[in-house]
Amino acid sequence: MAVTNVTGRGEAGPATIVELPEGVAVTKLDELVSWCRKNSLWPMPFATACCGIELMATGASRHDLARFGAEVFRFSPRQCDLMIVAGRVVMKMLPVLQRIWQQMPEPKWCISMGACASTGGVFDTYSVVQGIDRFLPVDVYAPGCPPRPEQLIQSIIDLQEKIQREDTIFCREFDAPSRQQPPRALRKEGREERGEGRGARG
Amino acid sequence: MPLTSVPHPGDLAHDEPRPYLWTMNFGPQHPATHTTLRLVLKLDGERVVDAMPDIGFLHSGFEKLGEHLDYNQYVTVTDRMNYVSPMANNVAWHLAVEKLLGIETPPRCQSIRVIVAELARISDHLLCLGAMGLDTGALTHFIYAFNPREQISDIFEALCGARFTNSYTRVGGLMRDASPKAIEMIRDFLKQLPKTLSDLERLMNRNRIFVDRMKGVGVLSKAEAINRGCSGPIARASGVARDLRKDEPYLNYRDFDFNVCCAEGGDCYARYLVRLAEIRESLKIIHQAVENLPAGPVHVAGTGRGQSHFRGVDDDRQNNAVGAAKIGTVPRVILPDKQAVASTIEGLISHFELLMANRGFQTPCEEIYCATEAPNGELGFYIVGDGTSRAYRARCRGPSFVHFALFPHLIRGHTIGDVVAVLGSLNIIAAELDR
Amino acid sequence: MTGSHIIQQLQAAVPNLTASEFRGQTRVVVPVESIFDVLKTLKEKFAFDLLVDITCVDYLYYPDAENRFGLVYLLADAETGRRITVRCFVNDPEPTVPSVVGLWEGANWLEREVWDMFGVRFDGHPDLRRILLPEEFTAHPLRKDYPLQGRGERHNFPVITRAEG
Repeated sequence: MAVTNVTGRGEAGPATIVELPEGVAVTKLDELVSWCRKNSLWPMPFATACCGIELMATGASRHDLARFGAEVFRFSPRQCDLMIVAGRVVMKMLPVLQRIWQQMPEPKWCISMGACASTGGVFDTYSVVQGIDRFLPVDVYAPGCPPRPEQLIQSIIDLQEKIQREDTIFCREFDAPSRQQPPRALRKEGREERGEGRGARG
Repeated sequence: MPLTSVPHPGDLAHDEPRPYLWTMNFGPQHPATHTTLRLVLKLDGERVVDAMPDIGFLHSGFEKLGEHLDYNQYVTVTDRMNYVSPMANNVAWHLAVEKLLGIETPPRCQSIRVIVAELARISDHLLCLGAMGLDTGALTHFIYAFNPREQISDIFEALCGARFTNSYTRVGGLMRDASPKAIEMIRDFLKQLPKTLSDLERLMNRNRIFVDRMKGVGVLSKAEAINRGCSGPIARASGVARDLRKDEPYLNYRDFDFNVCCAEGGDCYARYLVRLAEIRESLKIIHQAVENLPAGPVHVAGTGRGQSHFRGVDDDRQNNAVGAAKIGTVPRVILPDKQAVASTIEGLISHFELLMANRGFQTPCEEIYCATEAPNGELGFYIVGDGTSRAYRARCRGPSFVHFALFPHLIRGHTIGDVVAVLGSLNIIAAELDR
Repeated sequence: MTGSHIIQQLQAAVPNLTASEFRGQTRVVVPVESIFDVLKTLKEKFAFDLLVDITCVDYLYYPDAENRFGLVYLLADAETGRRITVRCFVNDPEPTVPSVVGLWEGANWLEREVWDMFGVRFDGHPDLRRILLPEEFTAHPLRKDYPLQGRGERHNFPVITRAEG
């Protein structure tokens, strides 16, 4: 196997061909770390409602999340790097959710499982938060009410791809202003538009 | 193990100050709370002196939503109440609506509803038993119990297309008839479950650790059970022989032969045994219902599946087959076949008559309470009708709400490790608790 | 003892008590002053020892309604399974009914829920706090003049971004 040596700050020096011995591969450290991270996700099941039961089903015998290296459910946020928010989050619960998210060490990711966590779902009522992404960063949304276990597994695979693609060991991706304030069309007008607006039908 | 001489916590305020008591927060995010329960425990060393439950972490306004959705739409919301056994809620809701309207569903519909409600009971109890094992440290028990639950999910998927949130019932009928394939799957399931049950029994019933953690913990006397409004397996484990399937038989439960399972102990172990025994009784009911499944329509007669609610030959035939109310006495509640909607003007008209926002069927201006024996206890709906096809008030009396209020009473004097055992045996479903 | 039997005896004790029957349910409406006594009589004399539910209905937009709030007590007999529904009406301002926690322990949370959702006070309740909604919530959401989507309470939280997480 041969690689082209690149020296200095991205300026290509004189190309030298290095012969690597058998069984040695060369990659970027970022990619190696991401590869390790993505295959050993420790989920924190923030299970509030129906989706939590499907989350249990995903971890239980038939669907067996262990096949994807993400079965070590830990209920302490300090041991986890993936929060799966399964079920609707209501007014009283949201501060708890935010606190648990802040207790998780970096790097961390969040899957919003199901329609209720992502958008409020059928519960367009006074107490249900209309999507946790209004108040928290979310990486992957799993559609469904509740999503089937296969769907949840798919979104974990998607998250693994995302981790491999964009995360770095020094968290440089957070420097970009766009990542600090994710674009969200509804946030500003949310209160006026949805508060009193449609009111009672019939 | 319970300690005998524990002062009543109500005296604490008047007693001498006890600075050595300390307070511990438990939940709302904790593995043993299953979902979102919060307890504030007052501890004397490892002994719980008092517990203050704090609920509402999943309050999503179900009852308010019930005033804005019509009687058929609201069934989707009832799915999400007791999400461990959605079918039981579907059946309970539509039974209440039908009682308000004065509709009697045909025998086939009733039998299928009995089957799905009992399957829901089995899956609820299985999860509860599995979780009791999980909380006391037996993960295998949970994995064993989850397998048949997956089978039940498959059966529900064959019945109605959704494995989890089913929304299977409709006012005056079902979403669709049970297919022969689904019936076959139920038969298979009936053959396989007893083996799993005996596995579960052999695993746990005489397991020293499990029994020691369950026996004598969280004792509820019969008088207290009644005074605090308990129902279902928790009341029966305390010796209250009350089962709505026997006492006020709804659907066609009076046709089936089954026992009401009771225990005397009133502790966690008794609740465990009652749940286990109820699974076997449910199997008996399903077996009888499947083998004697009546033929005929699954929808209320004379109300327009296809064109039958229009004056025609079909009318009399269907009425005779069902022997239910005559034309005109029952409001039109069932949507016509999609085939009829697409091909006939009558079908199209009746479709829109039911679906348009200002139409729908009429309800009496009356109030009704209808209760069913859900897996967890008495699940009742108090519906106020105001003439329109939406409920004016849709109150849900969930058993978990009443049962969780028991918790401080049950845990006083026990150690902190017993908290999870008692919680697991009460089987509190947060969405039913908070609604 | 049948439903009509009970009603006759109750009517002898409480003068302005109206009774009705709908689809096999016995229902009585009593004035709010005598609600506690009626429930006590039903419990102690007629063996309705199980309090199934306490709930409330807001009749603000109900056709031909005269009173604002209707309290509903559902009782049952644990031995025989007989049921009876007792209702009474209260009005704005300060709708108040006597608490029945003294009769049934199980009434504690049910009354707290009614207070939380409708703002009906229970006199003599040991611990009348909100139960389902946060303490700082001001409205009573199941009242008919409260909108389904609320008044913006659900949007009122700080936002956590990636950088500060």
